Amino acid sequence: MARYWSQYLAVSPYYLIFSVFMLFPMLYTVYLAFQKWDGIGEMQFVGLQQFRFLWDDPIFWLSLRNTLVIWVLATVPMLFMALVLAVLVNSVRRFTAFYRVALFIPSITSLVAIAIFFGAIFSNNFGLINAILQAMHVSAVPWLSNEWTIKLVIAALMTWQWTGYNAIIYLAGLQAIPSELYEAARMDGAGPVRIFFSITIPLLRPIILFTVVVSTVTGLQSFTEPQVLFGSDASTNPNSGGPGQAGLTTLLYFYHQAFDNNDFGYAAAIVWAFFLLILLIVTINWRLVQRKERRP
Amino acid sequence: MICVVISVFPFYWIIVMATNTSQDIYSYPPKLWFGGNLLINIQHLFDKMDFFGSLLNTVIVAVCTTLLVLFFDSLAAFAFAKYEFPGKKFLFGLLLAMYILPTQLAIIPQYEIMVQLGWLGTLQALIVPAAANAFGIFWMRQYTSTGVPDELLDAARIEGAGFFRQYWHVVLPCVRPALAFLGIYTFIAAWNDYILPLVMLVNPDELTLQVALAQLYAGHSTDYSMVMAGVLLAVIPLVLVFTFFARGFIADATKGALR
Repeated sequence: MARYWSQYLAVSPYYLIFSVFMLFPMLYTVYLAFQKWDGIGEMQFVGLQQFRFLWDDPIFWLSLRNTLVIWVLATVPMLFMALVLAVLVNSVRRFTAFYRVALFIPSITSLVAIAIFFGAIFSNNFGLINAILQAMHVSAVPWLSNEWTIKLVIAALMTWQWTGYNAIIYLAGLQAIPSELYEAARMDGAGPVRIFFSITIPLLRPIILFTVVVSTVTGLQSFTEPQVLFGSDASTNPNSGGPGQAGLTTLLYFYHQAFDNNDFGYAAAIVWAFFLLILLIVTINWRLVQRKERRP
Repeated sequence: MICVVISVFPFYWIIVMATNTSQDIYSYPPKLWFGGNLLINIQHLFDKMDFFGSLLNTVIVAVCTTLLVLFFDSLAAFAFAKYEFPGKKFLFGLLLAMYILPTQLAIIPQYEIMVQLGWLGTLQALIVPAAANAFGIFWMRQYTSTGVPDELLDAARIEGAGFFRQYWHVVLPCVRPALAFLGIYTFIAAWNDYILPLVMLVNPDELTLQVALAQLYAGHSTDYSMVMAGVLLAVIPLVLVFTFFARGFIADATKGALR
């Protein structure tokens, strides 16, 4: 063992910090999920009671539905538009470096800033979007108070932030496809649509799988968007997700239970149940995309 | 072209809002071009929040996190890439598993640990947990195993250099390009982090920019021009830094996906 002390010393900072601040807390969260605890008083073992409560908690199910709706509303158009954009940018030869930077910038911009920006332009009374609608003689929409438009705004925010990033990933994949393949297909008389579906899509499949998994994991974890938009919406009930709790995602509900209500045991049950659900959805996604891969 | 407009429009509109008065933007039809009110908006902003205090906190957190990650991860990556030692496979597998678990699973006990350590409301409560970065070790290991020639290491060993001298004199100069990407990546992530500062920082004078901005927005949501001046001051430096380094950064950021 003495021979290896410098290697162990080299890797130890990560594992030390990781054990104290990540591994131990994660395991402790499992333990907490079976306790009733307000953060100050004595812990009380309650077994599966938190999970039973979770099962019967309509707000938990509402938050889950919100999260899934927002995720679908954001991810489907995002990945589709990213693919179209990537093909378009791939076909032009000039300014490609400029396009890349322009596409990438949204993904490095802070979510808080973007959420504030979206809150401003979708503002019910004076927002830019409603001003444009008025100019077109369409009546203004109360974007941030209607159950569906709240979800649309959050989804649009996520779409704006991540479409360009995914487009650049696709672009890199497109450029890795050998041009001989395209030439051969053209010689065989295949049109652009045929080429897109028979060559581009199948060869991009591993990359599409990557983007689907990444956007599922990040999309389901939406928290900052509704927290910034609706954090202090009602002084009596902070972090409740805006009017009708339409923007209450599961992670926001978790945060609300933990740090507004000090119900740490229940919050722990929420976050672990939610994580297992994400794992399930990612696995299903993975299977679906993989199966398509085998078909042709 | 449209995609570029959509991508860049918010930045344009943030500047428009930050340089006009709120009344100008809310009047009908709204003003669509830059105005001359930026300094007044910034003045209002500084009255409402301790901007430079928050900025300083953010810079401290981002710089310290980045330096720690660069040092720890390149050092660990060197051991993983160029040495065999008992338990290496297990430790690396653990890393892979942790890469997948979301950090929210740990946040309640993390909060309690910070309370116990007396770190609640201090910047090290943000810096220390962020220093354990599994992605960084993956990234640096990949680069170290191909980017550092074994001949150079052998030559250093013949001259009697131990592990840490090899790291300092041979590995570090070779892995500079990979460190550059990891550094910018970590810096941006630390600069933009929201949930951890939101949970850990309690007093108004110790907030990071993101939390301070969010509170400003929640507290004074009608004076958008002032809030946008704050957003502008918080976003533009990062965008400029990014644009400066963009070429290599984007190429490196896509590599992870294509592997």
